[in-house]
Amino acid sequence: MKRKEPLWRSLLTTHIPVLAIVFFAIGPYLWMFFTSMTPAQHLSAQGVAVTPLSWSFENYERLLARTSFLTNMGHSLIVALGTVVLGLTVSVTAAYAISRFRFPGRNVLMTQFLVVNMFPVVLLILPLFILMRRLGLLDTHIALILANSTVAIPFSVWMLTSYINAIPRSLDEAAMTDGCSRLAALRRVVLPLALPGIISTGIYIFITAWNEYLYALTLGGRNTRTMTVAIQTLIGEYQIEWGLLSAGGVVGALPAVVLFLFVQRRLVGGLTQGAVKG
Amino acid sequence: MSNQAIAALDGVRMPSRRRLLPYVLMTPAVLVTLLIVFLPMIEALVTSLYDFVLSRPRATQFVGFDNYVRLMQDEVFWISLGHTAIWIGLTVPLQMALGLVAAILLNRTFFWRGLARALVIIPWALPSVVIALMWRWIYDSNTGVLNDLLLRLSIIQTAVPWLADPDRALYAIVVTLVWQGFPFFMVMILAGLQGIPKSHYEAASIDGASSWKQFIHITLPGLAGVLITAALLRIIWVANSIDVIYVMTGGGPGYATHTLPLYAFVKARQNLDFGYGSAIAVVFTLLLAGVVALYLARTRKEADR
Repeated sequence: MKRKEPLWRSLLTTHIPVLAIVFFAIGPYLWMFFTSMTPAQHLSAQGVAVTPLSWSFENYERLLARTSFLTNMGHSLIVALGTVVLGLTVSVTAAYAISRFRFPGRNVLMTQFLVVNMFPVVLLILPLFILMRRLGLLDTHIALILANSTVAIPFSVWMLTSYINAIPRSLDEAAMTDGCSRLAALRRVVLPLALPGIISTGIYIFITAWNEYLYALTLGGRNTRTMTVAIQTLIGEYQIEWGLLSAGGVVGALPAVVLFLFVQRRLVGGLTQGAVKG
Repeated sequence: MSNQAIAALDGVRMPSRRRLLPYVLMTPAVLVTLLIVFLPMIEALVTSLYDFVLSRPRATQFVGFDNYVRLMQDEVFWISLGHTAIWIGLTVPLQMALGLVAAILLNRTFFWRGLARALVIIPWALPSVVIALMWRWIYDSNTGVLNDLLLRLSIIQTAVPWLADPDRALYAIVVTLVWQGFPFFMVMILAGLQGIPKSHYEAASIDGASSWKQFIHITLPGLAGVLITAALLRIIWVANSIDVIYVMTGGGPGYATHTLPLYAFVKARQNLDFGYGSAIAVVFTLLLAGVVALYLARTRKEADR
């Protein structure tokens, strides 16, 4: 397949179709960005401004000055970081056990984590609401962190297991012959080697928790209103201010998009490992 | 040394305290999942047997399977079930088709491939609320860009109220979900394509097989495993996601975009009828359990290999 294709052919079979798909994928986000850069007056009179000439940061200024959007982002940050910390700390040892030990009940426990990841959110959201209400945890960050962990823990157990599996057993066995205990081998040998995997799992948990909406809407309230819920409440009662809303959407989505681009390659490896083996 | 042999040695040499170690290591994760997943699940099962409306807790009473009987006679339940079938039956195959096309294109070698791959997966990373609002803006009947484009190209003569028209709203949502989900398939399929040996294609082109023939006889069979696994996984994920629909239409107009999980959520959130809502959620989970079982059987098979 070394022969060079003529330019018109590669244009027609590769560049133009790929361009179409890329355009389809990012078109809506670009359109939202254009909308957010269009001043309100321009938007109602002439529609969305597609040329930078009439762009302004008016919507962003209003978003920061008139709404509590920054505070909402702060709540999202607390919830997302809390979920990452809880999700990773309880999962690391579990993943190590699944990867390195063969013990009765191992398969059941492994399958359990896979199944948990597939429970419909609706099945959990109603009882979690009742539970949190009984415990007086409604409208607290802890409630949202716990709810997000229903997804984060099984996911990270699964991902970390595949990352730790990739680290040769002989390394921790060598450490143990040198006098390390099991746990010391985990801490000194396995964890440092698995760190890239742990970080990308953590980032993915962060993205999921940052983007989460239904739990935040149901279990949260005035004191914990996250970015996603805040965007929804920007919708006015009589008319929707699309410029303001788009600015919120662009700012709110930006951290997730940047982080995702940052980890996608490693993440994809972990995600597809199970599926591609067959 | 095989795993069994190591395990056996562990068992012989280690005192029983050591044999407990894996269970100790598992405890935090298992304990937390028991508390935040299994306990609530049981609570949902129990709640579904009660007449439990949040606004009048005093009137709560055990009603046995009454909620389920009510469900069978509930017209909205059957409407929602039908929509669920259309919604999943359209969304997942379309996501897969588009993902397949995208993967095959992005598997070619060209100088901006890395950039293209990074840009195409962006929909995957966006918050669903943002996705829902973005598409509401695109579909807007007065000032939306979709109507504007179609009018200019004279494909339609008058503006179409995409989300306000009961006959179109569900399909408009499916388009949004296809857009949101096709990058996942693309990524899975791209990984699958790496697993097909290049020599198969070389042999086929020496035999004079056209690229279409190569696609049918080499690419598709080579991808079958990945496609099935990804589709099962995606059915489960799509079925679980109600946030996009909830923000786009809230289930309306009327019941035009009600799906089962959404119906359960709306019942509990708007009518505060947690007993009935839980019953719908339980029925939906049982329906989904079939797909989950298929998926588990597949992963088990792969793990054994």
